[in-house]
Parts: sequence; structure tokens; C-alpha cells
Amino acid sequence: MSPLGLYNYWVVIFLMMTGFYVVIARGNLIKKIIGLNIFQTSVFLLYLTMGKVRGGTVPIFAEIRADIYTHPLPSVLILTAIVVGIATTAVALALIVRIREAYGTIEEDDLDAINREE
Amino acid sequence: MEHLPVLLIVVPLMAAPLCVLIRQPTLVMGFALVVIWSCPLMAATLLQRVLADGTISYAIGGWPAPYGIEYRVDALNAFVLLFVSSLGAAVLSYAPRSIAREIPQSKHHLFVTSYLLCLTGLMGMTITGDLFNVFVFLEISSLSSYALISLGRHRRALTAAFQYLILGTVGATFILIGIGLLYQMTGTLNMADMAERLRDVTGVRTVLVAFAFLSVGLALKMALFPLHLWLPDAYAFAPSAVTAFIAATSTKVSVYVLLRFVFSVFGVGFAFDTLGLDRILLPLALVGIFVASTVAIFQQNIKRMLAYSSVAQVGYMVLGISFASVNGLTASIVHMFNHALMKGGLFMAMGCIAFRLGSVDLDRMRGIGRTMPVTMALWVVGGLGLIGIPVTAGFISKWYLIMAALEQDRWVVAALVLVSSLLALVYILRVVEVAYFQEPAEGDAHVTEAPMSLLVPTGLVIGATLFFGLQTSWSAGVARVAAESLLGLSR
Repeated sequence: MSPLGLYNYWVVIFLMMTGFYVVIARGNLIKKIIGLNIFQTSVFLLYLTMGKVRGGTVPIFAEIRADIYTHPLPSVLILTAIVVGIATTAVALALIVRIREAYGTIEEDDLDAINREE
Repeated sequence: MEHLPVLLIVVPLMAAPLCVLIRQPTLVMGFALVVIWSCPLMAATLLQRVLADGTISYAIGGWPAPYGIEYRVDALNAFVLLFVSSLGAAVLSYAPRSIAREIPQSKHHLFVTSYLLCLTGLMGMTITGDLFNVFVFLEISSLSSYALISLGRHRRALTAAFQYLILGTVGATFILIGIGLLYQMTGTLNMADMAERLRDVTGVRTVLVAFAFLSVGLALKMALFPLHLWLPDAYAFAPSAVTAFIAATSTKVSVYVLLRFVFSVFGVGFAFDTLGLDRILLPLALVGIFVASTVAIFQQNIKRMLAYSSVAQVGYMVLGISFASVNGLTASIVHMFNHALMKGGLFMAMGCIAFRLGSVDLDRMRGIGRTMPVTMALWVVGGLGLIGIPVTAGFISKWYLIMAALEQDRWVVAALVLVSSLLALVYILRVVEVAYFQEPAEGDAHVTEAPMSLLVPTGLVIGATLFFGLQTSWSAGVARVAAESLLGLSR
């Protein structure tokens, strides 16, 4: 298979690296969380891609049954992972609100400076 | 009785939301204590049955493995379950008095809820035989520990919790990627089934990449040097009871999961002979031990000092794994247990000190050996364990570790383990000197001993380090059985 034939995986790697870069390079805590979300989303795509069967249809058990259908298990796993991702985002945002109240800023450099002075 | 494996998880899991509904602080605490003390009882029964009859397999919802989720209890995880739940219960018994000082009363029921969820997550990671289940329980325990850490009184607890959240989520996502790639190669999530199927695909690049993602993700969660950056702040600024609980349990469970992946899923041959895992673990462990112990010597905040010491102690556990021998694994497993007791006890003693002084700075601890003699005596016993003095539990771990090094003719490693104990001696003595040989500050001369409700649980945990320093058949004996089964030498 040609490298372009695996373009889903290229998208996964691109998103993964973008998200990871944002987590590391950005100082704003909200932007860090956005990066973390992109990073996690790339993994969701990775799972969905591996479940996809070429030419397969939706895995629904109905009167008219398809011969080839997408593997449903990775999708189910990823539903759980999405819930976990939302919970993580919620906890992170709650922490950012508290940090803003306590420090008056959500820029990492300013926070480090304040913490170092104490 | 046959449902014991799942009850161990379901009971605290269901109790957690009930705590939110009950709300009334005293009732919540009483209810949670009853629930949490049932866990070590169940875990002890499980361990007893496993040692007598061999591995227990439990199919959740009656769906047989490998399609359903399997809970699989053998000597190793029954042992981990027992000490994690016992420490969890001991620290929660200590918590009511301690959190009364450190957490506003309106948040007590939420503290208990998060605490129970965190324990559920840790026990779930330990008991499950399903890879995706490991990830879910890992996130349950991680999310609740972020919330627990952020309850600290100092505002730096918030930034510490946030930093841990970022690094912890990156680690967990790495683990998720690793599990995904393994699933892609084998089409199963059941650990035992996967171990069978992985034999046919060893050496395929996807498996190698999966292994890399899993080990880096777990190294982040267990704070293996140099991925330990989240740990010192998180331990230093969390409430005392939370530090004692997390320090005693959370990193050990990650070490357990690494053991499980390396030995039960991938197999010794693949991890050590094909990949040479020992060549990376051994230097990281040794460098981690020396760097973290040295940094610990220069800390003013004593909770932070003990946190750096924890990073060093994780190094000893990983060092044991890198030998891949029965003695090495026994050292690792028994040190998970011994260190849980010692560090749990030490942080509980720090909580007693924080309760009276309102501070854990070395300067404020001057003369505390006279004003709080019992607390400080317990602290010193725990500290001697960290150094590895005979009669304490820490000695047993070091003994097995050095034996494991010597039987492979690694004289240098054995010598380095001994030398590193001297670093521990320095940071413990530094506190002893200040506490016993200096006069209390003007304002702190009236400080009295911590209340019994804090001292008794602390004393029990520290006392256990002495008990297991002498009576080793229960700790090292079980650890050896577990090590042999990991290496495939028995059952």
C-alpha cells in the first residue's frame, strides 16, 4: 500500500504532534488544555481507523444484514475514552478557574514567577 | 464469596456517590470508614484463597474471557490489593482530625468521595485482567487524585494539581495509544489471551512501538526519573492525609502495572532479551536514586524532601525489575510494600507536625523532638527504614536488592545501592539534628503532642514497618511466590 493510502494515520500523527506541541509550547493554561484535547482526539481517530473495514457499513444488526461491516469494538472503547477526556477537561477548567481566583493570572510564566518569589 | 473480586471494587465505587448524597460530615466519615475497612478484609480473604488454591478468575457479568472483562487475582495482585487497601483504610482513619484543620468543613464529603474513588481506581487497575479496563481505572484514580491534591490550603496546591493533570493525562494517553496498537496487532484486550497471541507477532514494529508508549506512559505515572517533575510539588502542597495516601499507594500501583505488562503480557524474553529493557531501566534507576536523594538533602520543606526521597525509592523498585531475576523481583515487590508503609507513616507523622505547627519547614521543626516526642520518635523510626537499618522493613528490601545484584556479579551496582543509603542517612540525620539538638523557637515552645486520633494510626503504620522488618515471611515470602509466578517458575 502506498504511503498516501494510509492517510488516516498521517492525520493521526499530524494531530498528535500538533496537540503535544501546543501542550508543551503554550504558556496559557487554557491553550494547554486545547492542545491536550487535540492530542487525545488524535488517539480517538487512531482507534476508529483501526476498526474501519474497507467497504464496510455501519455495524447495526437489522433485517437487511450487510456482509461487511466496521468493527464496532474500537468505537465502543473510544466512547469511554471520550467520556474520560471530557471529565479531564472539566477538572482542568475547574482548576484554571481556581488558579485565576488565587493568582489573578493563567499565564504559566507569571505563575512560575509568583511561585518562585514565595 | 465467589463474587469477592468484583465486590472489592463495587463496594467503594458505589459508596462514593452515596457520600455526596449524605453530605453531613460526621455521617459521611463514619459510613466511609465502615466501607473502606471492609476492603482490606476482602483483600486478605482473596490473598489467603489465592495462596491456598492458586489464581482466581472472575468473569464480570458472567461474560466469559476473552470476550468479557476478566478480573484475575494471583499472588502478586492480591498482595498489592491488600497493602493498598490497608494503607487507604489506615490513612482515612487518620484523616478526620487532620482534614478538620486543613480543608473547609463544607468540602469534607467531597474529600471522602474523591478519596473512595481514588482507592477504587487504584484497586481496579490492580485487579483487572483487561487492558482497556486498566486505562479506565487509571483515569478514575488520576482524576480523583487531581481533585484531592487541589484541596491543599496553599494556593500552590492548585498549580501543582494542574501540572500533575497535564503530565498525568499525557501519560495516560500514551498508555491508551500503547493499548490501541496492541489491540490492533492481536485483536484482544484480555491480558492472558494477548500474551498468547503476541508470541506470533514478536518483532513486528507495531508491537515495539506499543511497548515504548506503554513504558513511557507508566514511567510518567510512577514518577521514574527523569519523568518525576510533577511529584515534588504535588506531594508538598496536598493536604497531609492526601499526601500520605497518594505517596503510599499511587506510584506503587503504577509499578505493579509495569510488572504486569512486562512479565505477564510481553514476557521476559521479549522485554529483556529482544529489547534490552534492563539496559535502559538500570541506569535510569541508579541516576534517579542519586539525583533525587541529593536534591532531597537541600530541601527546606520536609514534605518536599520526603517527596524527592519517594522518587529515589521508585528507583530502587525499578532497579529490582531490571535484574529480571527472582531475587530482583522479590526486592521490587517487597519494597513496594515496605515503602508504602514507611512513606505512608512518615507523611502521617508530617501531618501530626503540620497539625500542631501549621508548617512543615525545617526551621519551624527546631526542638520538636522535645515538644512532640512521640511524633518525632515515630518519624525517626520511619526515617531509619528509608536508610535501610536492620530490624526495619527497609533493610529487607535492600537485602534482597543487593543479593540480586551480587548473584549477577554486578558488584558496582551493589556498592552503589549501599552508597546511596548514605545519602538517605544524610537527609534523615539533618532533620534529626534540628529536631533534637536545637532549642525550640520562642513562639513554638508551648507546642504539645499531637492528639491520639492522629498518633494511633501513625503509630500502627510505623509499628508495622518494624513488625515486617522482623517477620518477613508474610511480606518477602509472598513477594517471592509472586516473583516466581511472574517469571513463570511456578503454577
